Amino acid sequence: MRRRCLLSGMAAWLATGLSAATPASAFIAYVSNEKSNTVSVIDTDKWTVTKTIKVGQRPRGIEFTRDGKFVLVAVGDDDKIEVIDAASQQVVDSLPSGPDPELFTQDAAGKILYVANENDNTVTIIDLEKRVRVGDIQVGVEPEGMAISPDSKILINTSETTNMAHFIDTATRQIVANVLVDARPRFAEFKPDGSELWVSSEIGGTVSVIDPVKRVVTGKITFNIPGLRREAIQPVGIGITKDGKTAFIALGPANRIAVVDGTSHAVTKYLLVGQRVWHMAFTPDQKYLLVTNGVSNDVSVIDVAAQKVIKTIQVGELPWGITIAQQ
Amino acid sequence: MVRWLVGAIGLSVVAAHALAAGPVEIGIGYLGYAGVKSKLSLVEQPSENDGIAGARLAIEDNNTTGRFLNQRFTLEEVRLKEGEDVANAAVTLASRNGFIIADLPAEALLKAADALRGRETVLFNAASIDDRLREQDCRSNVIHVAPTRSMLADALAQYLVWKQWKRWMLVVGSHDQDKLYAEALRRAAARFGAKIVQERTFEDTGGARRTDSGVTQIQRQMPVLTQQAPAYDILVAADESEVFASYLPYRTWDPRPVAGSAGLVPTSWDAAQDQWGAIQMQNRFVKLNSRRMTALDMQAWTAVRMIGEATSRTNSGDPKSVFDFLKRPDFSVAAFKGQRLTLRDWNLQLRQPILLVDGRMVVSVSPQEGFLHQFSELDTLGIDRPETKCKLH
Repeated sequence: MRRRCLLSGMAAWLATGLSAATPASAFIAYVSNEKSNTVSVIDTDKWTVTKTIKVGQRPRGIEFTRDGKFVLVAVGDDDKIEVIDAASQQVVDSLPSGPDPELFTQDAAGKILYVANENDNTVTIIDLEKRVRVGDIQVGVEPEGMAISPDSKILINTSETTNMAHFIDTATRQIVANVLVDARPRFAEFKPDGSELWVSSEIGGTVSVIDPVKRVVTGKITFNIPGLRREAIQPVGIGITKDGKTAFIALGPANRIAVVDGTSHAVTKYLLVGQRVWHMAFTPDQKYLLVTNGVSNDVSVIDVAAQKVIKTIQVGELPWGITIAQQ
Repeated sequence: MVRWLVGAIGLSVVAAHALAAGPVEIGIGYLGYAGVKSKLSLVEQPSENDGIAGARLAIEDNNTTGRFLNQRFTLEEVRLKEGEDVANAAVTLASRNGFIIADLPAEALLKAADALRGRETVLFNAASIDDRLREQDCRSNVIHVAPTRSMLADALAQYLVWKQWKRWMLVVGSHDQDKLYAEALRRAAARFGAKIVQERTFEDTGGARRTDSGVTQIQRQMPVLTQQAPAYDILVAADESEVFASYLPYRTWDPRPVAGSAGLVPTSWDAAQDQWGAIQMQNRFVKLNSRRMTALDMQAWTAVRMIGEATSRTNSGDPKSVFDFLKRPDFSVAAFKGQRLTLRDWNLQLRQPILLVDGRMVVSVSPQEGFLHQFSELDTLGIDRPETKCKLH
């Protein structure tokens, strides 16, 4: 791994001719800034923004391709997904999504992209190699959260006004189950071993834990922060460590990340971060968790082991999504 | 856990039964008067389908969800002509629908509510902002989705006080509802620490709203109406009758902003509201109705969505189950206002943030920061539990 980083570091050095080559241990984080129409590139070694990339209008969902070569960013107001080349850090292409794409997910092989289109109650299927749209699936009102089971057999889509997690068979592209959750489900995340599906409900103020086999809600995580009104607690982004033992949940305008025991589902701690914390991504070594704070225009860095906020990095306006290279 | 398991089994049994029997039909009536009330501004002229257009969108939204739950929603519209008996119409509509969205003035709403007493059908007040419907004249079969006049006045007052525009000149129209609005504004000023430095009345002497050379006269009338005022920060107009308020901005004797019935207006919804995911719904609305969404449209949408929320959670179209669910303390509905909306249990009024709009933009959203409440900050808007005169039976 170290060797590959070194190599890519060299490549970057060769490509751009910059003398300040990236240190071997650094990862690169990409943050979508919803209001600035930019993507901030963060060096996780220096914890600084090294580049700001101009993208289309209203960038939100952002993710590395599985091979780590490209960063995909949904630019909702331009009705497409832009492709950023991770080597040149420039927009090189775009994918034909449906209207107003927001969040998306890929299958394990990185060949198929599933996109939630908020405006027309559909999930669009895109062939990533050919970069063409190959199908649509009708779902509930305002599709948003997207997740895929570790075996890629089941796709999850949450619909914000229908308040459901739709289970979609990726082979037949048919909805096979619908699970009601609390109001305005925003985000879905499988435990890395596939044993549980977590769905956050922004307005309901809860995270539903769903048994993916029985397809029923088996538990609900609730949050109670003294001195904070109930309405301000709006869970959105979810991050679960690879061992499934610890989860982090962004609580929006509560300006906090809840630390949750992955087994007992009990909240163990609240970490104060920036304003309106939204989405998050781990560094590939899982040492750090980076979270986007929309209203304060910054990214908080959390030391995962210590469960402490160690750094704040200023980015563009209304940072929304974040992805970190997998290499 | 055990309770949950039993519940889940119960649900799946119900769902299987429903599938076998075809979709559960959920009938919703819409009861209003024919014709529209004219506005001073041509661009604000209400459409013939003001209100019901929002209900139609919510029916579509509910039916999209209903596909997954085997529920089907229908909407039946009844428009009364002047002088037609509202009680009769309500009873007829209730014979076919478990829920009625009422787009009615206070007096007609009370007649409908009393005619439906003892029946299962639930009324949703989508239009009337009269506080008395939630106070001395409250009814146990009416849920109020429209905000009250006092909620609107409080929302405006909180913002003006936050801005430190605490000296108000109040200009009041001569009609009853203008006086009621003025009363709510006086109460709001007293509650939040603003001062009404002077009050003036604008007499409605009749006349046409649209004339070919109206501007020339108005430009001379409005400075005269507002001259020789004591020092003030903002002119607050109470003109629900749409007689003069829209003429005030840029025409006051002193250069002062205007709020209330014109200028900065408190409202439950605006076509410019695009935060908190609202853009998707605004787009859906425009696509369906070929016009922009009004506050009345939104109030009707919210009422129908509340019904849909309850039917999906209870897996039932039975009005009593739905009503019981809506009255539960943990009920909430999402309506693109940045937080959950809940019901005040003492008078069945929907708690909601209020937008402050200038006709083009959302300027702010109340409650404002710093106005605290021991239960919900939304209860800093309007008449609160300790002051209520409502006794639900």
